[in-house]
Amino acid sequence: MFSYLGRRILATIPVMAVVAVVVFALLHLAPGDPAAVIAGDQATVEEVAKVRAQLGLDRPLAVQFASWLGNVLRGDLGRSIYDGQPVTRMIAQRVAPTLALSLCTLFVALAVSLPLGIIAAWKAGTWIDRGVMGFAVLGFSFPVFVIGYGLIYLLSLKLEWLPVQGYASLREGVGEFAAHMVMPALALGWVLSALFARMTRTSMLEVLSQDYIRTAQAKGLSNRQVLVGHALKNAAVPIVTTIGIGIALLIGGVVVTETVFAIPGVGLLTVDAILRRDYPVIQGVVLVFSAVYVLINLAVDLSYGFLDPRIRY
Amino acid sequence: MLVGLALLALLAIAAIAAPWLAHADPSAMSPIKRLRPPGEEYWFGTDTLGRDLYSRVLYGARVSLIVGFAVAFLSTAVGLAIGLLSGFARRVDAVLMRIMDGLMAIPPVLLAIALMALTRASMGNVIIAITVAEVPRVTRLVRSVVLTLREQPFVEAAHAVGTPTWRILVRHILPNTVPPLIVQATYICASAIIVEAILSFLGAGMPPNVPSWGNVIAEGRTLFQVAAYIVIVPSIFLSITVLAVNLIGDGLRDALDPRLARRM
Repeated sequence: MFSYLGRRILATIPVMAVVAVVVFALLHLAPGDPAAVIAGDQATVEEVAKVRAQLGLDRPLAVQFASWLGNVLRGDLGRSIYDGQPVTRMIAQRVAPTLALSLCTLFVALAVSLPLGIIAAWKAGTWIDRGVMGFAVLGFSFPVFVIGYGLIYLLSLKLEWLPVQGYASLREGVGEFAAHMVMPALALGWVLSALFARMTRTSMLEVLSQDYIRTAQAKGLSNRQVLVGHALKNAAVPIVTTIGIGIALLIGGVVVTETVFAIPGVGLLTVDAILRRDYPVIQGVVLVFSAVYVLINLAVDLSYGFLDPRIRY
Repeated sequence: MLVGLALLALLAIAAIAAPWLAHADPSAMSPIKRLRPPGEEYWFGTDTLGRDLYSRVLYGARVSLIVGFAVAFLSTAVGLAIGLLSGFARRVDAVLMRIMDGLMAIPPVLLAIALMALTRASMGNVIIAITVAEVPRVTRLVRSVVLTLREQPFVEAAHAVGTPTWRILVRHILPNTVPPLIVQATYICASAIIVEAILSFLGAGMPPNVPSWGNVIAEGRTLFQVAAYIVIVPSIFLSITVLAVNLIGDGLRDALDPRLARRM
């Protein structure tokens, strides 16, 4: 068990190393002089030189990478070109709305997709099954901003139930928080629930054909007990794996959703950074989001033994 | 699948025939006629600069379809090459797979955004950025097919009679990777169309003067409360296009991979 744990944790190191190299290389892979690109089209030669010195771009590549990596490992992601603030602090200030949105989205997605996937598998081949699968295809096909604007149009502009945009923290009251969070979480949750519902159905179908399900039914357990107590428990591993993979979709979606609903989180920070070509911020955000994604998938892997006692490392 | 094919065919015809179907130059401004709601003269209305939305949406279909097909083709070709190499050359396999793992650890939309942020906005760069984000998944798929096939008796037999490796790859392995790759390419096409729209929507995609659906939606964003149709019309077209491609993908999957189809 512990040797597996150790190996699995060690295995994330090369992955993060490649991520670090890619993030670092982003700046240097771009055609032309990165300093000129960052300084912008209208920059004078002096301004370009200033940017180059500021970022240390005049040093040898290996030296730049070593010093950058050293800083990153100490939690220093550099400073914004735009206003000179430390990138780590900029991200830290914006984490709360993004975390709230992500958790609400996951909650919505799971609350919708698990029951749908279970019912679809149970009623496989019927119109209910086809309906759920149809919903899943729609979920894959509608980009998150399309659903977002659809919701705003319906719930804010036509029915006037909810505020159009913005964010309210929990400190401003649960009602305010929920009123601002419902539409973003629904929009992003819709896309994710399509993925989860499909996977839940697939792995439930597999489990439902097993002998022990027939045994459970034969000894007179209710459908609910069979589906949730026996089937879902055994189908959990692939479902949780899909949730781990879905985090990548969630992160990409957060950037878009925060833009549509003007939520001042890390996603909006990313978009602002792109428009300002604030490269240290973009690098920092990509690095942090990737690390979160890798860590969540590490947690997913480690949860297998807990979810399914048959899995021994 | 037939519905998907029919929808996509209609969209492709509209995209190709855009210069003849359009009522006006998609970039022609006429400030006097700005923000006209959809009606008889302007089918889908006009935007803030008085540009005809119907014409812009038609031309937008070109961008989406070109990006979708180009990314699907390029990422499949590159992923196939790397996947074959990785599946057969054990020495490079470990290195290549670590690189792919690393690339896959960066959420694809984020990677595409980061790549676009550094280059100048152009269709070529959008295609390259999305392709880079998609390649690792194709590589993984091809490699897994190759690894399964490599242990099959017919490959062993080919080895035993002295068939050179490249020949085994081309004659025995390659044809077997085609069915799952076609399905994968279709889904990549759908996701590339979405990612292009997202990039343009965020201001990191097509140049602002190109009427791509993402750009049109981004321009209509600030006026959403007054002129929602500027956002809604291209959104509908975008969703229908992606839906059509996804339906084709599902149909192909059912037809080409019966084992998977029964489970999905």
